[in-house]
Amino acid sequence: MFTTDIYTINIGPQHPSTHGGLHVEALMDGEVVKDAIVHLGYVHRSMEKIAESRTYTQFIPYTSRLDYLATHLPTLGYVQAVEKLMGVEVPERAEYIRVILGELSRIASHMLFVGSLAIDLGATTGLIYCLRDRERIMDMFEMSSGQRLLASYMRIGGVIQDLPEEFFPAVDRFLNDLHGMIEEYNGLITGNEILQARCKGIGILSPEEAIAYGVTGPNLRASGVLYDLRKADPYGIYERFEFEIPTGQHGDCLDRLIVRIKEIEQSGYIIRQALKKMPTGEVRGKVPKLLKPEKGKEVYHRIESAKGELGFYLVSDGTEKPFRVHVRAPSFVNLMILPLISRGGKLQDIIANIATLDPVLGESDR
Amino acid sequence: MEHWFLNIAHWLTSWLVSLGLAPVWAEVILLVGQWTCIVGIITLNVLVLIWLERKVAGFMQQRLGPNRLGPYGFFQTIADTLKLLTKEDIIPSQTDKLIFKIAPMFFIIVSVMLYAVLPMGQDMAVVNLNVGLFYFISVGSLSTICLLMAGWGSNNKWSLLGAMRSVAQMISYEIPLAFSLLGVVMISGSLNLSDIVQAQHNLWFILLQPVAFITFFIAATAELNRGPFDMPEAEQELTAGAFTEYSGMRWALFFLAEYTNLVAVSALAATLFLGGWQGPFLPSWLWIILKTYLIMMVFMWLKWTFPRIRMDHLMSLSWKVLIPISLVNIVLTGAGIEIFRWMGW
Amino acid sequence: MEAINGDKALLSLQSITGNRLEIIRDPHFIYLTVGPDELLPLMQALKEQLGMNYLSNLTAVDYGEEFEIIYNLYAIPDNQQKFIVKTRVPRAQAELASVFSIYPTADWQEREVFDLMGIQFSQHPNLVRVLLPDDFEGHPLRKDFKKEG
Repeated sequence: MFTTDIYTINIGPQHPSTHGGLHVEALMDGEVVKDAIVHLGYVHRSMEKIAESRTYTQFIPYTSRLDYLATHLPTLGYVQAVEKLMGVEVPERAEYIRVILGELSRIASHMLFVGSLAIDLGATTGLIYCLRDRERIMDMFEMSSGQRLLASYMRIGGVIQDLPEEFFPAVDRFLNDLHGMIEEYNGLITGNEILQARCKGIGILSPEEAIAYGVTGPNLRASGVLYDLRKADPYGIYERFEFEIPTGQHGDCLDRLIVRIKEIEQSGYIIRQALKKMPTGEVRGKVPKLLKPEKGKEVYHRIESAKGELGFYLVSDGTEKPFRVHVRAPSFVNLMILPLISRGGKLQDIIANIATLDPVLGESDR
Repeated sequence: MEHWFLNIAHWLTSWLVSLGLAPVWAEVILLVGQWTCIVGIITLNVLVLIWLERKVAGFMQQRLGPNRLGPYGFFQTIADTLKLLTKEDIIPSQTDKLIFKIAPMFFIIVSVMLYAVLPMGQDMAVVNLNVGLFYFISVGSLSTICLLMAGWGSNNKWSLLGAMRSVAQMISYEIPLAFSLLGVVMISGSLNLSDIVQAQHNLWFILLQPVAFITFFIAATAELNRGPFDMPEAEQELTAGAFTEYSGMRWALFFLAEYTNLVAVSALAATLFLGGWQGPFLPSWLWIILKTYLIMMVFMWLKWTFPRIRMDHLMSLSWKVLIPISLVNIVLTGAGIEIFRWMGW
Repeated sequence: MEAINGDKALLSLQSITGNRLEIIRDPHFIYLTVGPDELLPLMQALKEQLGMNYLSNLTAVDYGEEFEIIYNLYAIPDNQQKFIVKTRVPRAQAELASVFSIYPTADWQEREVFDLMGIQFSQHPNLVRVLLPDDFEGHPLRKDFKKEG
């Protein structure tokens, strides 16, 4: 009998399709992946340690840099955690603004997901189409906060300022065009024969494994588990909105893509409802300049970020600085199953798997 | 207009003979002249092609493409070429130096050799070879070896993977490529490309052999290593595949050769299926250029639309789909020829 | 916050841990504080008897003399009960049993705690640093870690 040597190839940290500094050590037998070892930490910025030397407010911009593709969602999670810790009331209007911007961030993140999956599978044109549409969301972020990528718009007890007037027609136009954009993605990307061949049945994640390994977000829902924190454990004002939670059936790469495309549509519905119901009034509650939560108090708050369950664990020691901040990063936990779903596949499947797990390395490495 | 180039050639040979040179030597000098022209045209044409490819990509992706240098960014490729020419020639220390160095040269030589038999107008083939088609396919398959040399010589796992992929792919697609052309050969009864063009005087072979054209086109895309079959390069998976370790002009030579191959194969497709240089009003050499560019635009259109196919799907497409189809096509063509003969056409 | 003792399932947890379980309930969570030795049986019971199949978060806090390790447990897809399991290990002997065999998701999260806080998890299949380089000295999230610059 002939045997072949197992050899290693290093996908990353400098590689076109690792979405940042991800390093996957693949043990290969020809083109077949025997095992994959994930090495993290290339984007580690010791955020949790930094948090201990910043005041509660000062840490907000850092959270913006966790999941920089959906910038409002990590900031939202953090400020809500602090609000829970302090018992701060948030004005109604601010809650609606948070929902609108949060869902826009989710759309932006999912659009980039669709585009990056397309380019990782070799379809350059798909990326540009998605970036073109995401650009409009970035413009809206710029209108609201003056910043496109890292907005840091949320504040403890509300948001920094009210949305400007020109924001509303822009978001309205965007929502009107949203359906057409999704049609275009489905035509160009999802409906493509080659893409389907490369995604269908690839990287299958069973619901049991997904739960055991703590996979959350669209990746979990693609495996057929109906679990979305916006419905399962509502935070903010999400109870007031009607929307569906799309789920997949097979848990393969194609399902992960389809679930996200459907989520874009659902987020659009949420934004529409929020725009309709939005009251006028203050956007920032009465919050002391220097926040000093009770000594020994602790809180764990989790939100449904674009990548999955984003949790913040805060411990206070009675001073203006948090005693301990821990970020439960969905990208970090989701990446854990990459070896599991890549084993036995081809080299090209690893690329599809990384792309459909949608990790953001800024978040997973913190 | 029609006979410009032929007249120049005649004038050159007769002038050389009038200088007292033996006609044989005059022919040799003419041949050298023709080759120089071909290489020059190829190089200039690649400049246009790269610009065109970027413009097509830009058009398909709703952006402008190059637009800073010259009219419509036309001089961008010239600037890029200058940059590549002046770049440091880096040869990584662990490479097999000889193979690493000669691989790009071989590649470009093989690509240029393809042009020897292409009829670039009426009576305008450099060599009017009676096994022209056979020559074209044989020489074209040599580029596999060059890619393997590049991948092996680079001593890099990405390069080797890319090279192995390209070898598997190109050898597999050689077969449907050749088989799909057999129908054309059977109808025209000749392997000489000029004869094949003549045989299409009344009817282009794309109408007689539509299936063969499609299988040929798919196989040719794979042979050219172009998207969606760009396995050897596979930027998103293999960083740059067989070319990972190459930089500067050595890398540019691969690029040049790939575009040279693209032109050659497109010209072959135009010759075999679109009636070659035949066409009304315009001179024959302009017709073949137009048809070649038309086919190249289709290649570009494909590349900028599709994702990359997976390696094992690629192989099964060749062995399980294209080869059976082209075999059936050969049988049907043979039967058709017999029937037509029997009917006395 | 008040200690409770009515809940049947929680009572059975008491018996598993030899009545060394401290149960506190607040509007959001049920806090279970347990000694490091009883952690594994407790987690096992939580998963099998109460159906808490999802370990959301695993982290540690440095309280000087002791480290507190926190586990946030939920059930998917039903989210009725939310548990926070806490245990403390002394700084001098920062070692704890790994819950990897019960919750595979603890794999990387325990590696992260080991990496940044320096707590050893016994029976962990592959306890190496996950975020920091392998030759890094010290554990940065400990309060006595020297910050330079």
